[in-house]
Amino acid sequence: MNDTIDVVINGERRAIAPGVTLLELLGELSLDPRAVVVEHNRQIVRRPALGDVRVAPGDAIELVHFVGGG
Amino acid sequence: MKTETPSRHDATMHDTPLTIGGRTFQSRLMVGTGKYPDNETMLRAIEASGAEIVTVAVRRVDLDRSKDSSVLHHLDPKRFFLLANTAGCYTAEDAIRYARLGHEAGFNDFVKLEVIGDQETLLPDVQGLLEAAKVLVKEGFKVLAYTNEDLVTALRLEDAGCAAVMPLASPIGSGLGLLNPFSVRTIKRRLQVPVVVDAGVGTASDACVTMEQGVDGILMNTAIAAAQDPVAMARAMRLAVEAGRIAFLAGRMPRREVAFPSSPTEGMLD
Repeated sequence: MNDTIDVVINGERRAIAPGVTLLELLGELSLDPRAVVVEHNRQIVRRPALGDVRVAPGDAIELVHFVGGG
Repeated sequence: MKTETPSRHDATMHDTPLTIGGRTFQSRLMVGTGKYPDNETMLRAIEASGAEIVTVAVRRVDLDRSKDSSVLHHLDPKRFFLLANTAGCYTAEDAIRYARLGHEAGFNDFVKLEVIGDQETLLPDVQGLLEAAKVLVKEGFKVLAYTNEDLVTALRLEDAGCAAVMPLASPIGSGLGLLNPFSVRTIKRRLQVPVVVDAGVGTASDACVTMEQGVDGILMNTAIAAAQDPVAMARAMRLAVEAGRIAFLAGRMPRREVAFPSSPTEGMLD
């Protein structure tokens, strides 16, 4: 039975539920969508569109935010 | 109310505020947010520095403990002008990617563009820098380009549409101070856009000497964050940047290789 799909989040392979949107994925990871920027297969997905984009097997997702720097 | 005529000798009266990319800033000191012992010290140091422009970096969220690792939990973007950087990028392509992510995470169109060419010295890859600058300017970014002290590169960055050019004083995090005042002065003299010295300042005297060259501002991080008392150093830097600016505007006396007495040579006793 195929109840998860493999994706790469911030460089790490993870098994997630199939068919979830990016917004749902952030929820699963306990991340506030207002506090992170999502890059999906090298494309930035703006906040209002996060609920429209579904994650597919093999997708590369980067979740970034601001940290201290010079 | 009677308006007072500003004194011609009060150089600060005649200074114009720093304007970069159409935005005006009261402070000529910009500070980074990296390498502080803790967030509270960082915040107090930034307050003490009087800086308005504060740089931040774009990095992956730590998926295991993401709750308070964002610097935005500690810095109010309404109070500070957050300038995203592309630190750590070694190609134009990476720098462009980070700039876009920073724009999405941030609150303005400004980016401090870094394209590093050498891991040991962190000196910029000027070819990649120019390439990235051109792309980002076309996308509408206000690019503040971290570069070396090379005049020709600085001119090309200006031609590419950069909002400010940021030559280094010495390598990032080295604290060696202003190694090449002549080149920095030359860049300042030849460019129309603001010249902000970025990186290498180690202590207050370095900041003062740098501002005395006539540059428009200084960006620093390690000199404050790695001081034994970052809050006190931040205050020293604020005063040094102001002192250096005023000294520049005041116009220093000419250097002389011989002594010249300050007291009258006449009227001496027999």
